[in-house]
Amino acid sequence: MALSMIDLTTLEGKDTPGKVRQLCFKAQHLHDQTSDLPKVAAVCVYPSMVGIAKKALGDSGIKVASVSTAFPSGQAPFSVKKDDTLFALENGADEIDMVISRGRFLAGDYQFVFDEIAAIKELCTSARLKVIFETGELDSLDQVRKISDLAIAAGADFIKTSTGKIQPAATFPVVLTMLGAIKDHFDKTGQMIGMKPAGGISSAKLALQHLLLVKEVLGEAWLTNEWYRFGASSLANDLLLQYQKQLTGKYQSAAYFSID
Amino acid sequence: MEVLKTYKLYIGGQFPRTESGRSYAVIAADGNHIANACQGSKKDVRNAVQVARKAQAAWSQKSAFNRSQVIYRIAEMLEARKGQFLEELQALGSDLKSATQEVETSIDRCVYYAGWADKYQALLGTVNPVASSHFNFSVPEAMGVVGVVACQQTALLGFISQVLPAIIGGNSVVVIANQKLPLCAITFAEVLATSDVPGGVVNILTGSVEEMLPTLSGHMDVNALSLAQLDSAILEKAQTEAVENLKRVMSYSIDFSQSTAQGLSYISDFQEIKTTWHPIEQISGGAGGY
Amino acid sequence: MMSNTTWNLDPSLESTALVQIKPQYELFIDGKWQAPLSKTYFDSINPADETHLAKIAWANQADVDLAVRAARTAYTNVWSQLSGAERGKYLFRIARLMQEKARELAVLETLDGGKPIREARDVDVPLACNHFFYYAGWADKLLEAFPGQNPVALGVAGQITPWNFPLLMLAWKIAPALACGNTVVLKPAETTSLTALKFAEICQEAGLPPGVVNIVTGYGDTGAALVAHPDLDKIAFTGSTAVGKQIQKACIGTTKKLTLELGGKSANIILEDAPIDQAVEGVINAIFFNQGHVCCAGSRLFVQESIATQVLEKLKFRLQSIYVGNPLDKNTDIGAINSKKQLETIERYIQLGLEEGAEIYQPTCELPSAGYYCKPTLFTDVAQSARIAQEEIFGPVLTIQTFRTIEEVVQKANNTPYGLAAGIWTDKGARIFGVSQQLQAGVVWANTYNKFDPASPFGGYKESGFGREGGLHGLRAYLKFPN
Repeated sequence: MALSMIDLTTLEGKDTPGKVRQLCFKAQHLHDQTSDLPKVAAVCVYPSMVGIAKKALGDSGIKVASVSTAFPSGQAPFSVKKDDTLFALENGADEIDMVISRGRFLAGDYQFVFDEIAAIKELCTSARLKVIFETGELDSLDQVRKISDLAIAAGADFIKTSTGKIQPAATFPVVLTMLGAIKDHFDKTGQMIGMKPAGGISSAKLALQHLLLVKEVLGEAWLTNEWYRFGASSLANDLLLQYQKQLTGKYQSAAYFSID
Repeated sequence: MEVLKTYKLYIGGQFPRTESGRSYAVIAADGNHIANACQGSKKDVRNAVQVARKAQAAWSQKSAFNRSQVIYRIAEMLEARKGQFLEELQALGSDLKSATQEVETSIDRCVYYAGWADKYQALLGTVNPVASSHFNFSVPEAMGVVGVVACQQTALLGFISQVLPAIIGGNSVVVIANQKLPLCAITFAEVLATSDVPGGVVNILTGSVEEMLPTLSGHMDVNALSLAQLDSAILEKAQTEAVENLKRVMSYSIDFSQSTAQGLSYISDFQEIKTTWHPIEQISGGAGGY
Repeated sequence: MMSNTTWNLDPSLESTALVQIKPQYELFIDGKWQAPLSKTYFDSINPADETHLAKIAWANQADVDLAVRAARTAYTNVWSQLSGAERGKYLFRIARLMQEKARELAVLETLDGGKPIREARDVDVPLACNHFFYYAGWADKLLEAFPGQNPVALGVAGQITPWNFPLLMLAWKIAPALACGNTVVLKPAETTSLTALKFAEICQEAGLPPGVVNIVTGYGDTGAALVAHPDLDKIAFTGSTAVGKQIQKACIGTTKKLTLELGGKSANIILEDAPIDQAVEGVINAIFFNQGHVCCAGSRLFVQESIATQVLEKLKFRLQSIYVGNPLDKNTDIGAINSKKQLETIERYIQLGLEEGAEIYQPTCELPSAGYYCKPTLFTDVAQSARIAQEEIFGPVLTIQTFRTIEEVVQKANNTPYGLAAGIWTDKGARIFGVSQQLQAGVVWANTYNKFDPASPFGGYKESGFGREGGLHGLRAYLKFPN
């Protein structure tokens, strides 16, 4: 289950078409030596790599998610953020992972932050929008709750903790707070919103604890990759290692699983 | 043929040599040259203070209980290495009986101060009955980095008696060890290194007190000084330099081998007091303060 | 895309391999194991599955007398002659040994009493160890703790502990007593003797002088014999208010000093500005921690009417993810009820609640077929005058009442003969201090609940008892201050 929820990610300044193509292959062939493994949910890349990824993934069913809006800092004029998003969509992105303007949010400019999210959502038409809060830059859980409610009201399909570029990222208090916002919204309106913790979830054990949190706080309806994603790069291999250990009873070595 | 020990400094949880590359002879009471110790320099003092400052916040934020466990561990490790210290003290000129007394008192003193870690707050802290409708409470807080000139009469006990009350209260220390008898201080550093004491909380320099003290007493990022039995001219110079950033200067001229040379006051010597106010809502029928 | 799956947690059982339970236990008197003069033993069972654990000695008056004599001799000849520093060292050793045997003690506690292994392992045992560590450090600092007051040990203390936190309550009794220079005779509750007996082994291993700690096992009659013994200087009791009153009566006309830690019906108050999700979690912890077998349990919930519907819905939803089951399973939240007798008491109160017209809510969950278990239970539409809102149930049953103003809830919270603890959930600091000032409770938890620490004094107002355990204040129970 956890494997099928991964957004396999590469977001480095030094990403090249070759790197992205290899990642896309790994996404479809996690560990061919083991039978019946699922594919990951999506591959997450910069807008400049969306076209490459789309071609490499073909008709595998794996989505292409693109970061945008001047990821990771979000410090750019709206015209730049708009172009960033449109470029990704034109190249075939199925999902957009946008960042909020943290500076504006901390300065109390909530209307601005709301309008930005709503505007990007409008561009998305059929693509699903994930809104990244970068909780490590926010001051308190009160703020995490506030931005969660705000983003959901502005049209987010998914709320996401982090860019993965700073620590702390997806800690349990932060995740629990966001799940609380999703639950309250569902209780009031019946509408489901997706959750994506990203950053810091590198072990299978942590992933399972996160899934248990979702099961108990939201319910089992959220336990599919339509409503829940892990933003991770090294998690996949740890899941494979642990799965292998469960099958064989022996602790595994990273040497037997390809990095990408 | 024995492998002789090299006595280095103890800074940041590691054992570097002095950056000045110098050493000096450690001579026992009978005139024997028993070892070479590092002759620490101004820059060593500077490095030690930097490291002590970095380590202090995390150390004071550990739970008091955690600190007590760490200091109790020091006692355990000291007990385990009793033999080593007895040998060193005797090599430095002590007789077996006095050496044994000194080491045993040192171990007991570690246990004593370990017990204070989560108790001094109950005695130094207060809830203050102010006349207005406010909850008003005072808590002790570590001063920060404390510079220590260890007692120059004893090789181990005085050193411990000055360092422990400072660190149990959440401070970090930079210690200039007994100039003539530095060996026990460095061996004690080995005890610290194996006692779960985070690196940088205790830093030990050996060498000339007269050369290194001014750097310490004049350092703007040192908050307090613990000075034992200094020559009055040196003491006065240090106190004058300390004025620049208003260091709290504690000068001790007592015999640390006495059982009375330990107590709550040695801890409170290196604690600030912070008082906080918060309004108390008047629910109808409510009185005022606490 | 995967389809929805229902997954249940696999049992994650803690191993019992490291625990060795003897078939039969004697009394621990004067540093040795001694067969009871009564020649009688009783059975101890595991409430999780009703299996037999061991035979425990049943001390009679003559046995109690032997124990008190041993304690007196040890006090006069040995313990009172030691310096505080030396007493402290024994206590440090005991604390260390307890830490080393932590897992064994936790498993033993769960087998004997039914509490979830997660709680025994993460709460009971660490707190018990830390309690010994904490008081070890006071032993040589009494003159500084009470300057100018001339603190002196009382002598020999008789101590009776309950079945809800057997090892922890033993630590709360023995650690301060020994630190202050007293010797003790302790009687653990009859359904949970095993960790006290293991503790006796630890005392032997620590080299504690014989007679300083004595453990006499038995039923209420053993406890009564201990209380009545003429050569005790102090009695300390944790248990029900009814028995506490009997003990207070029995001490009349004697010079015995007394401290009592009794029952409670503590109010847990949620104000409308509280962080609701956190408050809900706090309420769950307040009443279901340790199956509700907690004297300070937040068993009366007061919710401000403006948020009552929301809070109730969240509580009910939260109940669905509470796991009731095998205490040795690390997934378990609510373990076994301690005894058949207690389960019957709880079930009687649940029945009473229905008769009194309250509305009941229990989640759907399967209970194990053997053993004593109770579902977590909520009662709404409860009146202040209902018996279920007044009497201590001592189980996983929460009564819920609404209120309109702070003044009203403070009145209702205080409107009880008990006064052990209270909880207040609000975002306003000034309100926390304003309300806590008015509450007649010995422990007030603000925006949290069921937090314990050796440095924090614990004890009740009114019929919840008198005297404090923990902290600087906890030393007073075991000292006198002659002028």
